[in-house]
Amino acid sequence: MNWLETVRTGLQAVRTHRLRSGLTVLGILIGIATVVLSVGLGEGASSTVKSQIAALGSNLLIVSPGSSTTAGTGVRGGLGSASTLTLEDASALQSKVAAPDIAAVAPTKTTSDVLTNGATTWTTSIVGTTASWAKVRARTLASGRFLADADNATAAAVTVLGPTTASELFGRADAVGQSVTINAIPFQVVGVLASAGSNSSSNLDDEAVVPMSTLTARLSSASSTDSVSTIYLAATSGSTISAAYQEAAALLDARHRITLPANADFSITAQDSLLSTASTVSRTLTVLLGGIAALSLLVGGIGVMNIMLVSVTERTREIGLRKALGATPRVIRRQFLVEASVLGLVGGLGGAGLGILGAIVLPHFISDAITISPSAVVGALVVAVAIGIVFGVYPAGRASRLAPIDALRSD
Amino acid sequence: MSEPVIELLEVSKTYRSGSLEVTALRGVTLRIDEGEFVAIMGPSGSGKSTLMHILGCLDVPTEGTFLLSGEDVMTMDEEELADARNRRVGFVFQQFNLLPELTASRNVELPLLYAGVPRELRREYAARALARVGLADRAAHRPGELSGGQQQRVAVARALVGDPSLILADEPTGNLDSVATDDILDLFDELHRAGRTVVLITHESEVAARAQRVIRLRDGAIVDDAERAA
Repeated sequence: MNWLETVRTGLQAVRTHRLRSGLTVLGILIGIATVVLSVGLGEGASSTVKSQIAALGSNLLIVSPGSSTTAGTGVRGGLGSASTLTLEDASALQSKVAAPDIAAVAPTKTTSDVLTNGATTWTTSIVGTTASWAKVRARTLASGRFLADADNATAAAVTVLGPTTASELFGRADAVGQSVTINAIPFQVVGVLASAGSNSSSNLDDEAVVPMSTLTARLSSASSTDSVSTIYLAATSGSTISAAYQEAAALLDARHRITLPANADFSITAQDSLLSTASTVSRTLTVLLGGIAALSLLVGGIGVMNIMLVSVTERTREIGLRKALGATPRVIRRQFLVEASVLGLVGGLGGAGLGILGAIVLPHFISDAITISPSAVVGALVVAVAIGIVFGVYPAGRASRLAPIDALRSD
Repeated sequence: MSEPVIELLEVSKTYRSGSLEVTALRGVTLRIDEGEFVAIMGPSGSGKSTLMHILGCLDVPTEGTFLLSGEDVMTMDEEELADARNRRVGFVFQQFNLLPELTASRNVELPLLYAGVPRELRREYAARALARVGLADRAAHRPGELSGGQQQRVAVARALVGDPSLILADEPTGNLDSVATDDILDLFDELHRAGRTVVLITHESEVAARAQRVIRLRDGAIVDDAERAA
């Protein structure tokens, strides 16, 4: 008997026992749908995190001040509490000789204040920085222009608003050219940033960017006018990030007279280290969800075995008859294997369909993104058929070993 | 008419269940030639079922020699036994043993399926066998839609379809009323007249009376082997 006939006989048996086959398929179907959905959730989360981090800026290095030590008590403050970074540090990093792999430098200083447009007020963070900020942070403008070097030189009262800030203050009207009052000083809005979304720590779309010199001279009450809170660096390309890191560290070590790296009063974080941490987290998530899904597949597989064993017992007489009519043990084994793998395949197809449907429908109800990868779907199908076969081997073996007379005798 | 289909020489069969040994057949020697119509009779426990299983290659003897159409069954493995059943023996059972989900025609096709006959030929042979038993118009019916007598006719068609050396019927009328019984026995008569070898196992003497030769078993041995005058 050839394979085509075996498959036909197997299909016939599956069709004959519709309810039983349907219930078995349901077990596999749920398992596969769970796998497809949970892997999709994991990958969706991973790509969301990646795009959020990418929104921080390309080839970005972040230099933060180190911890401060309170004189006398020796109590060390948290990282970033010291104001050890200065505008001079920032301009030193711009040197093409000492740091050839650093393409752009943007020192920033942040404060918080109330913005007023007539009767409308809005509290947001005010970022003081230089013209290179937009390039370093990979931000583009929705309208208008970004800060120019001349604005910093003259400490001009100009600002570029984040899209959220602009719409809170001006509604749907174009903010460019309008005036907004900060700390009783009227600022002219010269541009509005394009949206970059938000990450866990801050809303990138809600901020007001002003020239560093303007912030220092006219908005900030800080005594050390020279210090900056963060220096953002852009490496010349993704491959020179680590070179840029080394150059920045060496240069700042020299400027701050630091001999032991452990004593450094600053720290440098690279974008890709954030990225790898985030992807490790989301990989763990995927593995966890996938593990749960794999368990449900295992349960489905045991269901297949259970049903196939019942089927063998129930069909003892049929098996005996088929053997009496000339079916060899091999043919009987194949017939049951085909039945089991058909159950697996149908369950797999249904599960993949349900999973894809879920991936389309679910994001309307939950906030998480679900990414369906074709490889996960194909993999799930292969696994489903494999489950049918693996868990069908034992029942099929039992069926093939039944002695025809014993089988025929049973009533 | 003198080619032997079945040659049994000193065949014994012992079953072992736990520590108990049951001897079902002791030293049976028997020859059945082509074209014979033989009834095997005996009370229950006489070993007639065991003999039938051995003749049908469903079981192998513990001792002795068994040649089926000249082939030594004693040395066959499971695959070869399946093949021998497929090509040499056509079974008719008391319980009909038709698969309920298949049509009459598909049921008749089964032995051909396992013999590897292509689909179109199977259809053709099955139609011919069903016509032979007078059920050409019932080919598309499932067993549940047929009377007991008709179901047994389908089973006879299934036994015939592969053109076996031997038709082996185990109490074929045990589940039939007297009209259907006569009907099926007439069919066997007809097959016999057409030159088929038929072995019929029964405990009813009126059924055995149709045969040309009656073999009586008791306690696993042949006690009587009588050729009836035709």
